[in-house]
Amino acid sequence: MTPTAPIAQKPRTDVNPVRIYTLRIDGRDVSGREDETILTVARQNGIFIPTLCHLDGLAERGACRLCIVEIQGSPKLFAACVTLVKQDMDVITDSARIRDYRRKILELIFSERNHVCAVCVVNGNCELQDLAVKLGMTHVRYDYLNPPQSVDASHPRFSLDHNRCVLCLRCIRVCKDIEGASTWDISGRGIHARIISDLNQPWGESETCTGCGKCVQVCPTGALSEKGKSVAEMTKRPQFLPYLQMMRKEAEI
Amino acid sequence: MTPATASPALSSPSLSPATPDKRLRIIDRTMRLHGYASHALIETLHAVQEAFGYLEPDLMRYVAGRLKVPLSRVYAVATFYHFFTLKPPGEHTCVLCKGTACYISGTAEIFRKVEEMLGIHAGETTADGKISLMTARCLGACGLAPAGVFDGTVVGNLTLDTVVNKLQAWRSHDADHRESAGDRENRNRCR
Amino acid sequence: MTLTIENLQEIAKTETDAVESYRYRINVCMAAGCLSCRSDVVKASLEEEIRRQGKEKACLVRGVGCLGLCAVGPLIDISPLNVTYQAVQPSDAPEIIGSLTGAPVSRLLLPADQPFFSRQKKIVLENCGIIEPERIESYIAAGGYEALYQALRQMSPRQVIDEVTASGLRGRGGAGFPTGLKWTTVYKARQAVKYVVCNADEGDPGAFMDRSVLESDPHRVIEGMAIAGYAVGASRGYIYVRAEYPLAVERLRRAIKQAKRLGVLGENIFNTPFAFDIQLRLGAGAFVCGEETALIASIEGRLGRPRPRPPFPAEFGLWGCPTLINNVETLANIAPIVRRGGGWFAGIGTEKSKGTKVFALAGKINNTGLIEVPMGTTLREIVFDIGGGIPAGRRFKAVQTGGPSGGCVPEQFLDMPVDYDSLREVGAIMGSGGMIVMDDGACMVDVAKFFMEFCMSESCGKCAPCRVGTTQLFGILERITAGDGSIEDIDTLKELCDLVGATSLCGLGQTAPNPVKSTLRYFENEYTAHVRRHHCEAGVCAMGKAREATT
Ligand SMILES: Cc1cc2nc3c(=O)[nH]c(=O)nc-3n(C[C@H](O)[C@H](O)[C@H](O)COP(=O)(O)O)c2cc1C
Ligand code: SF4
Ligand code: SF4
Ligand code: SF4
Ligand code: SF4
Ligand code: FES
Ligand code: FES
Ligand code: FES
Repeated sequence: MTPTAPIAQKPRTDVNPVRIYTLRIDGRDVSGREDETILTVARQNGIFIPTLCHLDGLAERGACRLCIVEIQGSPKLFAACVTLVKQDMDVITDSARIRDYRRKILELIFSERNHVCAVCVVNGNCELQDLAVKLGMTHVRYDYLNPPQSVDASHPRFSLDHNRCVLCLRCIRVCKDIEGASTWDISGRGIHARIISDLNQPWGESETCTGCGKCVQVCPTGALSEKGKSVAEMTKRPQFLPYLQMMRKEAEI
Repeated sequence: MTPATASPALSSPSLSPATPDKRLRIIDRTMRLHGYASHALIETLHAVQEAFGYLEPDLMRYVAGRLKVPLSRVYAVATFYHFFTLKPPGEHTCVLCKGTACYISGTAEIFRKVEEMLGIHAGETTADGKISLMTARCLGACGLAPAGVFDGTVVGNLTLDTVVNKLQAWRSHDADHRESAGDRENRNRCR
Repeated sequence: MTLTIENLQEIAKTETDAVESYRYRINVCMAAGCLSCRSDVVKASLEEEIRRQGKEKACLVRGVGCLGLCAVGPLIDISPLNVTYQAVQPSDAPEIIGSLTGAPVSRLLLPADQPFFSRQKKIVLENCGIIEPERIESYIAAGGYEALYQALRQMSPRQVIDEVTASGLRGRGGAGFPTGLKWTTVYKARQAVKYVVCNADEGDPGAFMDRSVLESDPHRVIEGMAIAGYAVGASRGYIYVRAEYPLAVERLRRAIKQAKRLGVLGENIFNTPFAFDIQLRLGAGAFVCGEETALIASIEGRLGRPRPRPPFPAEFGLWGCPTLINNVETLANIAPIVRRGGGWFAGIGTEKSKGTKVFALAGKINNTGLIEVPMGTTLREIVFDIGGGIPAGRRFKAVQTGGPSGGCVPEQFLDMPVDYDSLREVGAIMGSGGMIVMDDGACMVDVAKFFMEFCMSESCGKCAPCRVGTTQLFGILERITAGDGSIEDIDTLKELCDLVGATSLCGLGQTAPNPVKSTLRYFENEYTAHVRRHHCEAGVCAMGKAREATT
């Protein structure tokens, strides 16, 4: 017999959600449950860690690497959004080394595609832009890769501009796990990876998209946007997710 | 278990009920063997590629429906893994190894010349549909580097001349070269 | 019917008697290397010739696995005469068969006292080139499945793990993690369902150890997996094998079928409650699927993108169950360890690296092929004694070990004993065992570019540092090899190497900079010559001006 259960987001069975640990983050004594991440506990305590692929309410990916932190006693770096807290852990979220790496990763992300903020729909409302400001990244020293990228404007209400996509995969996760449509996925690999809908059809011809607009709301950049909105109007509301999940849990009981 | 015959409305000739295709049965058997579980996706795509030579969109759609996998995931898997191809292969395939041993022994040079000669890049097929050029990352024949696969047959100790001769023979349709069914099958496997 | 030890011994005896009833046994290599030189035709013509000369009663032709010296295939080996012929052609059959009673055919003879054969020590490859990989009887005649019997009937799972721990065996898949420790973790996990996975995705381009073991002695891996399953409490195993190895896949399929028919796989093995079943899963051409979490995702039919660890597969693996993942060669060592005891194994090798290691020798070396030597053998012995040195009178320059995650070992370390720790010290890694020898015709910047191109195209694209970082690194290397680099480019290279290595999610990205780092460490002068003087010492890179002149 082969197991047939869906496996993508199976909850971890090897952690105990009732055990409480005490630990230190940036020299402060804090406490967290065994199934909570460093990021969650840091945020509960008002400690800022930059994030891009993480979004409250979505499954974690640990992919953008901007949330890296140091843990005393280990030469390795850890992504705060996917590392669970442990008893007596001593976390440093803001050393010179980490700041330097974060800035460079951000530069890499900016160098990957074509970001021209001045003409972008989300200019002033962009998580990526905000991060650059917060992390003090003023210019990109690496070569711009300038790949030719297209815009998919086939959907009646939304449009997708690959030039601005940072492959955080929030759209994929929200569409699959929250909306249940699984319209998006990613084609190819490495530097050629690209967001696609269904069998790489134009979004407007997608057979699965319900037009709910969730992906547009969670997209951190100008890659997914609503048509016909001016720059000032294009604000996104990714905060609906935890609320939605809470209400669904309520409904189940 | 889902019955193995009834299929959703499909347009492709290979899938139309009027011409029931033996190759389709092979695909159905693979899926049945795995209880139509979604984790059989990669195994099933292997079966599709072996039977049809490439992954036709309608077949991907068919597999997605049967295994209850989102279309987008089928496409993602089909493009993530280099073994799968979405384009029909040419009549003949030439695979040149670009693994370390072969690179050190000079496949890069052979490769450049072949690309020039055929006027295509790796992963493409000549306009006349005769020859597909592909690269592999080590065929496991590194002892005989540089190595390649010509229509399913692994050949070691390649030189520019042997490769060019082989390709020229294919182009001019040598009378004595007839492709056997076995060759075809191997070719699909040896990409 | 359940199999007993008597059955097993009987099969072994029948097989040995049958083989020995022939005066001459002619072993033809039928592994991929020799097959690509048409050894199947050679075998057929030998059989034909025997029939023609009416010697069917005296001569047996067997198809065996890799004899090691793949470079001069097709190889055949005749016992009990103890002669080995190289580069045999079908037309040589009459002469070979005709000479059985007289002097050997000197023009084909492979000198018997070659250091290539005499300096090796075979544990993993002990059966390669000796047994018939396609027949389970042949494996049993060589003592096969006795270790499984011993483990199931005479040892507790704990005892099996103790032997493995005592042996000091470390994972052969690359990282060198102590195997006993990994088994203990899975053993201790409390879930009822566990899995054993054999990693046969051999992704290092230029390495073919695992392929040879699977093609030449598939049952050894199956036996190792079954023992592992018993030890950790798993009743199901998967072998994840590259689709690029059709012959290995075919032989594994056949071997699993035979093992099931005989009852060494299935329910109530050797009359014990232990049940074990193995399934095959084909890879589809993605190097990153050798990484354990990606491999698991791929078995589950998903994209082979790694996920962050912890949780480690030993706690949370296939379908969320505790999963033991071991490399082919690691598992191939298990049966001998159980049979002869962990202490015997621990007596071979160096202090921290026990046993032997199989290496695939390739590149600019005379005896390309497969070798197995005790840990701690020096590079000089491997390259010059066993490998026969560098062809065409050229100079040795460096050995690249560990493939795209590894590094170059230059000449000054030739006398270093090879083991996990010494290689790490000089900036290379053991890796899976690929050894590419380079002579003075190789340009180290070009080699670094080659590996970076590999990592770039094999990056899964999940995390930003690896996806974009490898592309940037490749771009810079391409510029340097084209003669358009600047001295600042070398600094950017170093900076990016550090960044990508420190911040990437999985092993691929974390180790991708290694080839650049190690070539910079030992051959920085070549980099500076490229950017300052637009000069490539080895003449490999077509530099700016030179390029314009030729085109
Ligand atoms: C990018 C990458 C590729 C790998 N490729 C292989 C491989 O081809 N074969 C293999 O056995 N291990 C490979 N590994 C190592 C495995 O992840 C894993 O450590 C190994 O299979 C464990 O087995 P062992 O303990 O027996 O060595 C790879 C690791 C990484 C990060
Ligand atoms: S997505 Fe953000 S960072 Fe990119 S161009 Fe638009 S505003 Fe600028
Ligand atoms: S609009 Fe809704 S259904 Fe359509 S792609 Fe976006 S999230 Fe999915
Ligand atoms: S489209 Fe937006 S949400 Fe989706 S991957 Fe790109 S940046 Fe992220
Ligand atoms: S390091 Fe590279 S291969 Fe590994 S997860 Fe990141 S992008 Fe993928
Ligand atoms: S937020 Fe943690 S890796 Fe992206
Ligand atoms: S590197 Fe070409 S066959 Fe291995
Ligand atoms: S393949 Fe025949 S000797 Fe290695």
